[in-house]
Amino acid sequence: MSLLLVALFILFGGALLQFAFARRTAFSRIAGPAVTVAGAVIGLIPVFRALGGHTEHLNLCWSPLLGLFFARMDALSAFFALPILIISALAAVYGAEYLKPYEGKKNLAAFWFFYNVLAGSMLLVVTACNAILFLLAWEVMSLSSFFLVIFESEEEHARRAGWTYLVATHIGTAFLLVLFCMLGAQAGTLDFEGFLASKAAAPFLSAAFLLAVIGFGTKAGFMPMHVWLPEAHPAAPSHVSAVMSGVMIKTGIYGLLRILIRLGTPPPWWGWVLVAIGAASGILGIVFALSQHDIKRLLAYSSVENVGIITAGIGIGMLGLSYGNDAMMLLGFAGALLHVLNHSIFKSLLFLGAGAVLHAAATREIDRLGGLMKRMPSTGLAFLFGSVAICGLPPLNGFLGEFLIYLASFKALTGSAALPPGCSAAGVVVIAMLALIGGLAAVCFTKAFGIIFLGEPRTEAAAHTHECGRAMRIPMLVLAALCVMVGLSGPFILTVSGIAVETLTGRNLLESAAIVPAAGLLGNIALFSMALFALTAVLLLLRARLLKNKPVTEAVTWDCGYAAPTARMQYTASSYADPVVRLFKLFLQTRKKFVSPEGLFPDKSSFSSATPDFYRERVYRPVFNAIEKSLTRLQWMQHGRLNLYILCIMVTLVVLLVWKLK
Amino acid sequence: MKIAALSIINLLTGLVLAPLLPGIINKTKAVFAGRRGPPVLQTYYDILKLLRKGAVYSRTTTWIFRAAPVIGLAAVLAAMTLLPAASAPAPVSFAGDLILFAYCFGLLRFFLVAAALDTGSAFEGMGASREVQFSTMAEPALLLGLAALARAAGSLSLTGIFSGLTWQVAGPALVLVSAALLIVFLAENARIPVDDPNTHLELTMIHEVMVLDYSGPDFAIILYTSSLKLWALGALLVNILLSVLPLRGFAATGGVFIGLILLSVLVGIIESIMARLSLLKVPQLLAGAVALSVLALALVLRFTS
Repeated sequence: MSLLLVALFILFGGALLQFAFARRTAFSRIAGPAVTVAGAVIGLIPVFRALGGHTEHLNLCWSPLLGLFFARMDALSAFFALPILIISALAAVYGAEYLKPYEGKKNLAAFWFFYNVLAGSMLLVVTACNAILFLLAWEVMSLSSFFLVIFESEEEHARRAGWTYLVATHIGTAFLLVLFCMLGAQAGTLDFEGFLASKAAAPFLSAAFLLAVIGFGTKAGFMPMHVWLPEAHPAAPSHVSAVMSGVMIKTGIYGLLRILIRLGTPPPWWGWVLVAIGAASGILGIVFALSQHDIKRLLAYSSVENVGIITAGIGIGMLGLSYGNDAMMLLGFAGALLHVLNHSIFKSLLFLGAGAVLHAAATREIDRLGGLMKRMPSTGLAFLFGSVAICGLPPLNGFLGEFLIYLASFKALTGSAALPPGCSAAGVVVIAMLALIGGLAAVCFTKAFGIIFLGEPRTEAAAHTHECGRAMRIPMLVLAALCVMVGLSGPFILTVSGIAVETLTGRNLLESAAIVPAAGLLGNIALFSMALFALTAVLLLLRARLLKNKPVTEAVTWDCGYAAPTARMQYTASSYADPVVRLFKLFLQTRKKFVSPEGLFPDKSSFSSATPDFYRERVYRPVFNAIEKSLTRLQWMQHGRLNLYILCIMVTLVVLLVWKLK
Repeated sequence: MKIAALSIINLLTGLVLAPLLPGIINKTKAVFAGRRGPPVLQTYYDILKLLRKGAVYSRTTTWIFRAAPVIGLAAVLAAMTLLPAASAPAPVSFAGDLILFAYCFGLLRFFLVAAALDTGSAFEGMGASREVQFSTMAEPALLLGLAALARAAGSLSLTGIFSGLTWQVAGPALVLVSAALLIVFLAENARIPVDDPNTHLELTMIHEVMVLDYSGPDFAIILYTSSLKLWALGALLVNILLSVLPLRGFAATGGVFIGLILLSVLVGIIESIMARLSLLKVPQLLAGAVALSVLALALVLRFTS
């Protein structure tokens, strides 16, 4: 019996179970997460076996519509399935407590139904080997996550976010439909295995590449197809945001890689396209992130940034493939894959942390929080680990993926003289981008962590928060521990991702000269990181000794001698980020509204700023408005007379019939 | 084995002598101003005195404020182990260690900034905000400059770079990188024309204001960390310039030390004859550093193999 099938059966079957006991909230609360955890535990067995090199095939003679149920767990699938299962399970445990306030007010049975369907469909997406099955799973994934986004459908913003998401995801799927039809028609089969078995013309391949980039890029959040992310992720319940931002958008990266395998040796401009998209998404993503006032919106934009880093890594890897440079290829792809894994850990951790804050203080506005470290120590600790990791700083896991991508770019510069200048230029772009992102991410996450958790509470609500319960705390602390563990086990993780890269490139890399030094390098970094931890511990002990028997007193913040500081005098998130926001005002177009105090007896004055999404405001809105306007001219056809509609259908059918018979 | 011993000696030299550099800078400034100035060893006296004192903490702060100096010191100490002295290898060296070197300072900055925000003071928030703003531009300048060096020397480790630079081929590029790194060095170490280390009570301050609330051993750690940072980033610059001389063994150790003394004097001169730039001009200066690095990179890409 295939364990993959069992896992899928548990997730989908368990989801249906919700309807049997829809009336009992206690049942939903326990059974929903229990099903996810059980499915994840069973599913992890074939995942680990695949990462060990044992591929599981699942070929059932059951034909949903046109496709065979043909799924397979190879190393590449397993590498993506690993975070999907772990994060879904942890977020589900968290959700059991997070959703308690909604009990009795909301249909939680439906929620857990969609949640488990989402988990199952994500697992199916990364294992499906047949285009029809893949698209079915893809659509189920999109729809179930849509219903999760509109969980709070009584709120207008949630409905609007859901609508944006639904439209964006289906535009993406439309491109995928064309892509798979093209590939299927060329190959005469809809199995991924059969795609491009025979040689295809270069324009055909390039068209397929572009369709894949747009189709999958919409899901992954490539700029400028990212507009749904900052809408949908804040609207969804936090643990759903964690799953969507942490792992669901990575299915776009997975699909892109899966198709790229089949397209053969890429021409260099494909790599360039991905590097350019990566740089644009990375830099603009983090710049938009740091100008946000809403913590979950900030995190959503930061996902765009991290997807940009991943894409740039893939781009460098592709350039390595084009120019036959093994080191660039391996380091680029391995770095991208490592960052996929790492981002899923720290991004879901940060979303869970943001959820805990929202749960406790009932606001997502960074400027209304503050001082939560004292009130929510565990959440604060976990959020700190997530923040350090997402800035890509050693000794945590975020550094590893970025390090490998850096190294791949440096290889593009210093590699053999055979590399053309164009390739080196791509390396320069990626180095500059990563360095800039490194600095900007530090601004963004010192702001998020510092303003929310440190200092004095800025509002009454923030002052009266309490730490969340155990079910919410433990998943966060587990993820924080994972940040440390992955950070310290670089060589092991690299070997695992190396196996996935082998599947990707079809080359035996583990024996190649390139991966051995890379594993050694990450070994050095692991040792270095451990030394850093040890050094910190020793110094902390020394400091404690120094302070022993010395007078240690507490007072108000000195603040240059000002005796009565209040919480309102603190620097705010907006003022903190303002200098950087101003540097990038060309892209951000932040709107500021300032009502200055006037008259001899000034009463009211106010200041507010907002940074709406540039593409949404300047590109999509005008385009969609124009489309709507032009289509309203066809409204005369929508008259509501049924007999005329039927006539129209009849006429169309007859015309088609004549056309076919001709 | 001999090389390993030499590396350790170089490391220890840095750890012991780093607090000398701020003293030399201040002495130079005093000479320019016609004052006698504090003794060259003043930073040592300050550190020793502070280590013997107790501490006062703000009630607003959390453990972040207490742990930040220690984490920062650990990060800089770790970075010091990656630093070669001229052609003498660093104690720890592997391909890509230059990235780790740059990111260790990122870790230091993250925690110093977090600690500043932890006090809930508007002053310190302001300093933190400026610190991170400038570092967003200093970071690309540093890494692109290092990339140009990596290309010029054909190596990805700091040790390999500084023993493999050839001025005959890459001379002009190395001059450009040195200029870029000098700007980064001044900005990262909070010196004029970016920041004024003497004024922590004005609205112009950046680095000094972030550590306003520290006292006792914590402040000693911060002073020492700043000296080490001055040493580490300065040594990077000195190493480039020293690669023109064929220094071996203890001559390298001495060369780096003398180079750093001269660099400190140069910083003192810059601080004496220049005014601090207005805050809005600083990003332009740093953008200039980025441009210099990119130019150097273009040169080495075109003219070296």
